[in-house]
Formats: sequence, structure tokens, C-alpha cells
Amino acid sequence: MLKVRGLTKKYGDTDVVRGLDLTVRRGECFGLLGPNGAGKTTTLRLLLGLIEPDGGSIELAGIAVPHHAREARMKVGVVPQMDNLDPDFSVRENLLAYGRYFGMSKAAVTARVPELLDFAGLASKADAQIAQLSGGMKRRLTLARALVHDPDILFLDEPTTGLDPQARHLIWQGLRRLINAGKTIVLTTHFMDEAERLTDRLAILDHGRVVVEGAPRALIETHIEPAVVEVFGEGLADWTGQHAADLCQRFETVGETLFCYTSTPDIVIDALKHAPALRYLHRPSNLEDVFLKLTGRDLRD
Amino acid sequence: MNPLFRLPRLSARFIPVWQRNYLVWKKLAIPSILGNLADPMLYMLGLGYGLGSLLPDVGGMPYLTFLAAGTVAYSTMNAATFEVLYSSFSRMHVQRTWDAILNAPMTLDDVMLGELTWAASKSLLSGVAILAVIWGLGLYGNFWMSLWIIPVVALVGFCFGGMGLVMNAVSPSYDFFLYYFTLVITPMVLLCGVFFPVSQLPAAVQGVSAWLPLTHAIDLARPLVVGNIPDNIALHVIALLVYGSLGYIVALALTRRRLLK
Repeated sequence: MLKVRGLTKKYGDTDVVRGLDLTVRRGECFGLLGPNGAGKTTTLRLLLGLIEPDGGSIELAGIAVPHHAREARMKVGVVPQMDNLDPDFSVRENLLAYGRYFGMSKAAVTARVPELLDFAGLASKADAQIAQLSGGMKRRLTLARALVHDPDILFLDEPTTGLDPQARHLIWQGLRRLINAGKTIVLTTHFMDEAERLTDRLAILDHGRVVVEGAPRALIETHIEPAVVEVFGEGLADWTGQHAADLCQRFETVGETLFCYTSTPDIVIDALKHAPALRYLHRPSNLEDVFLKLTGRDLRD
Repeated sequence: MNPLFRLPRLSARFIPVWQRNYLVWKKLAIPSILGNLADPMLYMLGLGYGLGSLLPDVGGMPYLTFLAAGTVAYSTMNAATFEVLYSSFSRMHVQRTWDAILNAPMTLDDVMLGELTWAASKSLLSGVAILAVIWGLGLYGNFWMSLWIIPVVALVGFCFGGMGLVMNAVSPSYDFFLYYFTLVITPMVLLCGVFFPVSQLPAAVQGVSAWLPLTHAIDLARPLVVGNIPDNIALHVIALLVYGSLGYIVALALTRRRLLK
């Protein structure tokens, strides 16, 4: 459905995308993860043919991009990072206007509107103005708008950023329905739980290239010890100096917390019983641990 | 060649963009028409009657007629300019409507052609509204001849729409547009024969005036109001077309740089 080979893009002297390879199969939900500035949004814009790459090839829904970007975009629905619903139109009019940009006839869009409103849970809001909608409703409408021309593939750029947990779950529910209906989805996200929950496969990007790619569970199993004990409290530095190297397979101190990665957490927890001033949290390792291990902990702005 | 400067590829896909603006305008059509009409008409009637009664014929016609002919062009220019400056800027920069449209199978060429044709359409309405006042007050020389003012007005709207889009492309905020009004639009109003004949200006300034698009617009509109065939029609038409098209082409390149980097 999507094939990217050796994609590069420079802005001035900065390489934003450096030799990116990606393959997304039909019906798959694919995640693009990476710290800020890793090149996720630039990659999406390249895939849509909105900007011209400096090198490499893109094939989207079997169509060469950017050469035939217009044709390719006929088959793609886009949910952008920032809401750009048309504030001068009502909910229904937003869908109608968007359909026209795809060259759809008024009859064809009108016929699709009830289904789309229903999908977005906005049937009762059809004539509401955009300013009256909550953040979650706006996102759902943006998602419905991206489906107006019944695309084969959907691009979502951080679809749940800024939403409350209830609203996020509704979006996830919608996305899962689309996946079950056989749509191909490419999404970028900062939320590891979102990626773990939704994607079949994902790629972690950093500095414009793929650091690692695979199914979320497989990545956790391959790249990280199965358990984490997070230790914090008074006297952490001393304890770390004396025990961490012996007890943990790998450890890291971040701020006032020690992250102890291990396949034998019980040993660590036993040892911690002799240090009552320290508190700890024991949990299975997750995608976020993989992400932080591979992209580092330094802040990206 | 740098893809930013690729020549526009025009297609009928601009129509949904035009239609989008039309549908939004339709919701507020009455206040919009009144707003567009009231200001130029007040000037025209106030100055035309008030000042006109003190004056002999100006440019070989009553001052009110002279001013009315200038106002057709002036009002069209203003309407087109306001549309591509403030309204287009809202859609491009504030509401990000252009971004949304560009995710559909549309190019910036389509979007900006839609904006340009919309600005020309909307300003056509402004010009025709003044023309209607001219008809109502019987200020025209020959009714059939005055109908030619309609295509002239459309052309003037296209010209200033294209030019204004350049400002839209480079502006960081609404405030920036004041420069354009203060440095371009207002001097043009004073130099191009809206309120008084260009022949009253010093020779050097007349030379500048001859190059300005509003002069070409008025040189077409004023004879048509009085009922004469304008001189040098081809020159004026080409000048207006060139200003408008160059504006569109330059604006497109600059907007590509702005949005599609």
C-alpha cells in the first residue's frame, strides 16, 4: 500500500529525512513514532506529495509520488495535527465542502453525510457551528471528513494529542472500526500506549531515519529486559552506587529516579527491603522503555 | 528549475474553492454588500455634490460624473484588495483552510486561482453596485456603452486581486497590510485620477501615474461612463492583465515557499 525507499529531504543544510525506508501493507495499522523533530510530520508531507523530496522514491496506493501526487491523494484521507475544520461552515457543510474538493458530486457527498455523521457520533450536531464543538467532537469530525471520499488509506498525524481520556477512547474505537473494515492506517503519535494498542507494526524514527521497526510486542521482547523496577527516595544515589550494577541487567538514573531493567525483578525487590527509605514501582517493561532506550532521554525541542 | 518558481498549472479544480468562498459569503451577503457599497458611495455623493457644486466642469464633465467614473474603478480595487488581503489571509494563515484543501487532490495553484477568481467576482459586485448608482442618477452618456464597464470591472478585480495576493504571501500578520494601503493603494488613489484629472499633476508624477494599474482602469472606465470609446484599449487591457497575472505568478511562488517548505 505504501512503499518508501531511500527517502531524503534537506532544509538548507539540515537533513530532516535521511534515507528512510518504509513498507506498509494493505489493511495494516502502521505507527510512526519518534521524538519531536525526528521527521515524522515532514515524512507525512512527503508521502502526500505536498513537498518534493531531494531523493528516494515513494509509491502510495500503487501511484508514484510526488509525480502523480494528485491521483494518489484521491485515495488518501488525512487527519492533520492541527484542526483545520472550516469555521465558516456547519458540521454538515464541512463534509459537503470537503467532498467537493475531491471532485464529488453534491448527490454523492450528500448520500454519504448521514453515515459519516453517524460514524463520528455527531448525528445530532449536523447543523452545529464548529465553534460549538468540543475538542473531541472536532477531532471526530476531522476524522469523518478524511473519510468523505472513502479512501483506501488514512494518514493521521497525532490524532489524539490534546484530548481527554474519554475522547481518546472514542477516537481509538473509531480507528479500530476502520481497521476492521480493511482500511490501511498510518499514524504518528507521541503516546506509546496508543501505538501499542492500535498498531500492527511500527517504526521508531530518530534524526530522519528508522531506528527500529516491528510489531510492538516483538520490539519489547527483543529490545528490552522484561521488567522494570523504578526506584526513588532518600539515599538513592548511595544505594545505586552500591547495588545497581550487581542487581540490574541495565540501569539508568533520570532525575531522581533509578530505572532498573531486569529479568529477575524479585531479586531487586528483595534487596530493596533492606533500604526502607527507598520506594519503588515494579512493572512490566513497555514500548516507552524501548523508545527511550533507542532515542535517548535528552529533551528535544 | 526550482519547483517553487514553476509556472502555474491552471485547471477547473479551482471551482470548488471559489464555491466555498461564495457559499460562506452568501450567508452574510446583505451586510457584506452594504459594507462594500456604503463607503465609496458616501464619498462619491458627498464630494460629488458638495465639492462638485463649487467646481466648473472637470475633465470636460460635471464633477459628480467625473468622480463616479473614478469611484467605479476605485471601489472595485478596494473590494478586490480587501478580499485577498484580509479574507484570504484568514483562510490561509488563521483558519488553515488552505492546508485542509491541500490535503485533498488540490494544488496551491488551484487554491490561489480560486481565491483570485473569487476576489474578482466579489469586487465585480462592488463595481456594478456603483454602476447601478450611475444608472440611477442618470450620470451615463450612453446606456449600452456603459454596459462595457462590467467586463472592465471584472478585469480590474482580477488585476488587484493578483497584486494583493503577493502581499498575502509575504505578510506575517494583519498589521502588515497597512503598509500596502499606505504605500501602494492610497498613493495610487491620489495619483491615478480618481478625484482629479491626472493632468493636474507635475509632469514627472504624470509619468509615474501612467504606469500604475489604477490609471489604466480609470482610462477605460471614465470614457465608457460618458459614452465614448476609450483610447488605447489594448494597452490598458494588457496592462491590467499583466499586473494581475504577474501578481498571481509571483504570489504563487512566494506562497509555495511559505506553505510547502
